[in-house]
Amino acid sequence: MGRYVVRRLLQMVPVFFGATLLIFLMVNVMGDPIAGLCGDRACDTATAAQLRREFGLDKPLWRQYATYLGNVFTGDFGTAFNGRPVLELMASAFPVTLRLTVVAILFEIVVGITLGVVTGLRRGRPVDTSVLVLTLVVIAVPTFVTGLLLQLLLGVRWGWIRPSVSPDATLGELIVPGLVLASVSLAYVTRLTRTSLVENRRSDYIRTAVAKGLPRRRIVVRHLLRNSLIPVVTFIGTDIGALMGGAIVTERIFNIHGVGYQLYQGILRQNTQTVVGFVTVLVLVFLAANLLVDLLYAVLDPRIRHA
Amino acid sequence: MPERRPDESGQTVAPTGTGGAMDLATSEARSLERTPDGPGGTGPAAPRLSAPGGRPRSLWSDAWRDLRRNPVFLVSALVICFLVVIAIRPSLIAPGNPLACDLARAQDGPAPGHPFGFDGQGCDVYTRTVHGARASVTVGVCATFGVALLGSVLGGLAGFFGGIGDAVLSRITDVFFAVPVVLGGLVLLSVITSDTVWPVVGFIVLLGWPQVFRVARGSVISVAQHDYVQAARALGASPARVLLRHIAPNAVAPVIVVATIALGTYIALEATLSYLGVGLKPPSVSWGVDISAASPYVRNAPHALLWPAGALALTVLAFIMLGDAVRDALDPRLR
Repeated sequence: MGRYVVRRLLQMVPVFFGATLLIFLMVNVMGDPIAGLCGDRACDTATAAQLRREFGLDKPLWRQYATYLGNVFTGDFGTAFNGRPVLELMASAFPVTLRLTVVAILFEIVVGITLGVVTGLRRGRPVDTSVLVLTLVVIAVPTFVTGLLLQLLLGVRWGWIRPSVSPDATLGELIVPGLVLASVSLAYVTRLTRTSLVENRRSDYIRTAVAKGLPRRRIVVRHLLRNSLIPVVTFIGTDIGALMGGAIVTERIFNIHGVGYQLYQGILRQNTQTVVGFVTVLVLVFLAANLLVDLLYAVLDPRIRHA
Repeated sequence: MPERRPDESGQTVAPTGTGGAMDLATSEARSLERTPDGPGGTGPAAPRLSAPGGRPRSLWSDAWRDLRRNPVFLVSALVICFLVVIAIRPSLIAPGNPLACDLARAQDGPAPGHPFGFDGQGCDVYTRTVHGARASVTVGVCATFGVALLGSVLGGLAGFFGGIGDAVLSRITDVFFAVPVVLGGLVLLSVITSDTVWPVVGFIVLLGWPQVFRVARGSVISVAQHDYVQAARALGASPARVLLRHIAPNAVAPVIVVATIALGTYIALEATLSYLGVGLKPPSVSWGVDISAASPYVRNAPHALLWPAGALALTVLAFIMLGDAVRDALDPRLR
């Protein structure tokens, strides 16, 4: 187990540097970081050169990257377009997106797994077929369309929710946005649970359990579910990072001032520091979630632990 | 080579981006890739079952027989054929000009000759929805082609030869999986002002290939363990011949499934990027552009949003269902 953890941690290191470097390069392609600093007009050459020196932009790219990472490790993410430290923006944005992600994950766990179990145990029946068709439809409709439609129906037509979320973004307000964010993954969790259940129902250990005369409930919960949920746990875990990064669309629709909103602003205003800083943290969250899943996987499946 | 399998299954397939749009295909195909006795098992070298007519039945002819009887396949194939036809010749069913707009009729509902009503600029929603198919289908097909080509060539070589190259490429795909897709799109595409579809296609290929890479690599590794591959090696076949003649035909099924499902998700991704304002831009006619333009005044003219959104959803659904049907046909275990 110890060696397994160490190996996973070591594998994460190049991914972290690679991903941050990739984003750093992309943002540099994005445009001149100075251009956004003089408002809508172009900076005059003397000011531009001065700013360049001040920010170290005249140095080669690899030195800029090294300097940036050095600062990040000491907790300095730089300054955003309005003069506030990026760290401050993060402190206000991440809790909001985290709440949104928690709501989404809860939907995936509760609704997704329940539907998956129900359909998996009634394979081929009308319930199964209709839920499967429904999941396909949910997967096919892009998240931003689902979001706009729910906002139109629930928010504008029927008035059940407020169409745009207040700056506080309480859990209650985030239920519908969370559902929208979760929708595609939710459908996917359902399908994955179902497939996994159907596959495992034919296995020898289930036949043994049935032959032993165990009650059906015990067979399903203790034998079938424990084994079938391993891939589902993996999926949901890796989804945490993806949801936080993908919240940009949902946050734009419902006007939630979270990570996606700040990133969008950063990109619009060509603020390199905001974009790179937020993405660096998102990559870290993604890697941490992956590590967590790998560890959980090892706990659930002894074959991995002893490999 | 077999000792690399536990690592593969222990590795979490990482979803990225649009709330799971692009990762769907990978994970759906994982079930194909994981089992050593998957679709690759019944290849040319495996003993062939003889059909009653005496003709040999391969995996492909079996799959084709199944597909022809599958209503899901027939319906989605029909929808896709229709889409391709109107993408090539939109004027067949919508003779109007999608850019001919009359501001006086902005946001009006359906009228004679204009069954879907008018959008915020007074353009005919029906004409624009029909003409929008071209952008979506072009992006979907070109991006999928690029992704499948790049991913399967690199993945196949990495899986077959292993070693340092494989390790490096695999770590590179890890890096790409860690970058959220929509975010990458916003950053990279926000500077590009071209009004063609090519920047979007290029971007999707750039961020999409690792997905096919993983599937192709896993598939090649599992097929390479079969006896007929060992036999070919023992008979002195060159690596190129083993890879192209014996492994590739048997390892390609999961790649085809991923690519079909991915095609649908790429169309959705293009629309999402256009909605965020970085995909296709207004002079070009696309569903994403129209949905984006219609969303601010959705209270007054929901039809301007619903028709392109419906067309988009139908298209994505058709491709995903096609991929589903193809997977069922190629992987008899799931039946």
